[in-house]
Amino acid sequence: MNRREAARYYLNARVLGPALLRGRRWAAEWEARTRRPWSSSHLAPPLGISPRMKELVARHWLEGRYANLNRKVAWVTSGAPVEFLKALDFYVLYPENHAAICGTARRAVELATFAEEAGYSRDICSYARTDLGTLLSGRSPVGRLPRPDLLLACTNICQTVLFWYQVLAQHFRVPLIVIDTPFIYGQEAPPHSLAYVRRQIEEAIAVAERVAGKGLSQARFQLVGNLSRQASFLWLEILERNRHEPAPISAFDEFIQMAPIVEMRGDAFTVDFYAAMLREVDQRIARGISAVYPERRRLMWDNLPVWYRLRYLAELLAERGVAIVASTYANAWGELAPLLDPDYPLESMARAYTYPILNRSTGQKLATMKRMIRDYHLDGVILHSDRSCKPYSIGQMDQRDQLIEQMKTPALLLDADHNDSRCFAEEQVSNRIAAFVEMLGV
Amino acid sequence: MKIVGVDAQGGLGWHWLERADPRVEQQVERFLGRAVEAQGGDPAAGWPALPLVATGYGRNLVRQASRVVTEITCHAKGVFRELQHGGTLVDIGGQDSKVIAIGLRGEVLDFAMNDKCAAGTGRFLENAAQRLGLPLERLGAVALAATEEVNLSSTCTVFAESEVVSLLAHGVAVEPIVRGLHRSLIKRVVAMIRSVGLGRPLMLSGGVVQNSAIVQLLQEETGEQVVLPRHPQLMGAYGAALVALGAAESAPRKAEKV
Repeated sequence: MNRREAARYYLNARVLGPALLRGRRWAAEWEARTRRPWSSSHLAPPLGISPRMKELVARHWLEGRYANLNRKVAWVTSGAPVEFLKALDFYVLYPENHAAICGTARRAVELATFAEEAGYSRDICSYARTDLGTLLSGRSPVGRLPRPDLLLACTNICQTVLFWYQVLAQHFRVPLIVIDTPFIYGQEAPPHSLAYVRRQIEEAIAVAERVAGKGLSQARFQLVGNLSRQASFLWLEILERNRHEPAPISAFDEFIQMAPIVEMRGDAFTVDFYAAMLREVDQRIARGISAVYPERRRLMWDNLPVWYRLRYLAELLAERGVAIVASTYANAWGELAPLLDPDYPLESMARAYTYPILNRSTGQKLATMKRMIRDYHLDGVILHSDRSCKPYSIGQMDQRDQLIEQMKTPALLLDADHNDSRCFAEEQVSNRIAAFVEMLGV
Repeated sequence: MKIVGVDAQGGLGWHWLERADPRVEQQVERFLGRAVEAQGGDPAAGWPALPLVATGYGRNLVRQASRVVTEITCHAKGVFRELQHGGTLVDIGGQDSKVIAIGLRGEVLDFAMNDKCAAGTGRFLENAAQRLGLPLERLGAVALAATEEVNLSSTCTVFAESEVVSLLAHGVAVEPIVRGLHRSLIKRVVAMIRSVGLGRPLMLSGGVVQNSAIVQLLQEETGEQVVLPRHPQLMGAYGAALVALGAAESAPRKAEKV
């Protein structure tokens, strides 16, 4: 990294680019203020902070385009303890998040096809296929992805990442850190599991320091940890505002606005972003604005979203007055906030990254869903049986039975995929949803 | 496609039935024409403002319908009105199958749909009948005449055909094959019943249940006595007509008689 490259990086990624994006945001916000009244009779208008979120995300990927010029780059899994990487100034990229963007942009199938033609099975997670397809084709809706200098895979979300990241490691010939988080079968993780994870985080820090060419500043680490914790708490507060009837935002809003907490966790602007979003949500509550009008039924969504059909599903349900007000997915990025303790960063991180919902038993997930049904006053649950995500989908049939039996809560199993639109049969999905909604009495 | 008219008391009246035509809208026009004619009206005058509710996969294409309702709700309504009790309804149609748990007041408690695999639907038997050169109406009798049964391993309707051809080529008799085909279909249906849970009595609807072998094998596999309505194929349309009647009763009266 010489000075010319550094200059190019700063000029493009830190000065011109952000200025351009800021201008775009102002234009979008002005347009939102001056446009004609919102036309949909069932859905609330888009959130005011949406242009800001788009700006942050666009800025993140813009920086990515130039990151190799001046920074070390790490590709990480969504459940990875990313704080020490950010404290070491790595540019952090989430292939899963990039894949989700491809899904929303309806480019995922095109990219996955490259991977499938190279021999990767269609039974593999569609995120992995999208990412490997991006690698093989060089194509991406966000432009150019920076090469990683380091890979970090944490198995707390699934085991697929283990093999996916080994492919990436072979492809890029860079170090791969694996943080193995033992599955929690009971209610609590045994002390030796947490000690094991903590030890791995310590070793990971050592590897990251070597790649970064500098030592981890404890002050910086603590700062990033604090920012991560603050953002997570704000996100949790936002989600919990939906206990209000009617709910001010929908799960679909949450799926869209969660980008910063997933991929920019640990940055100060992320904290500001969610503080602003919380204010807007409170304003909606004060003004009686609900995500769905009228709100006749309140549902929860389990599993990943269907990224390429968010609007379609939102409208299909809103037409009948059905609002999805909670999801185990969005909740996953907030529920662990209380576990993060700035006084014991490594211990609490070991804990927080061992306890995600996908690393715990299906019984725990059922307990979480039951709690959410009570807290959010829910009338039903949609269980997205995601073909790609076995860890999330496993147990849904039993969970459905138990929700019906024990909570007297109707639950619908919906077969689809979070990124692969070939697994979405529109006629069948809309028919099942319509029958479920009729069963709910609306 | 089916059309059912009900009288003011909700009794099942005039009805008509035809194999579904891909040109849905044209078939709907013909059906409505027949309905008008059957009431002594003039089909050329178009559909009178009689409450019309459409159900099934093409329901959104019926522009004359004032409402669209899913088959789940309609079948439950139709069967409950016909049989006067709740239970578990198994509907085996030409292109899908469903299980509906019906409560004491006729409400839908839960449902399961096979909307992805033809091997659990009437199409499975249709294909087999065609391949064997047997008329569909005789398939049940052939199955019941068998003293033995072949276990078919194919999970796919199309590959089951190949399996049948192969069995015939090996000299296996038609009857055991046909009985085996029925058993395959029933086993898939039973798996769906288990996912919803069995609430007695077990009721059947759909064109396929006119096949006596289906009824018998289902009773065998579940150990339950099965109840059939008088017009199993019309339950969805009948339910839709009842919904239309209900909507008409709660809406201001229209001075319309056809």
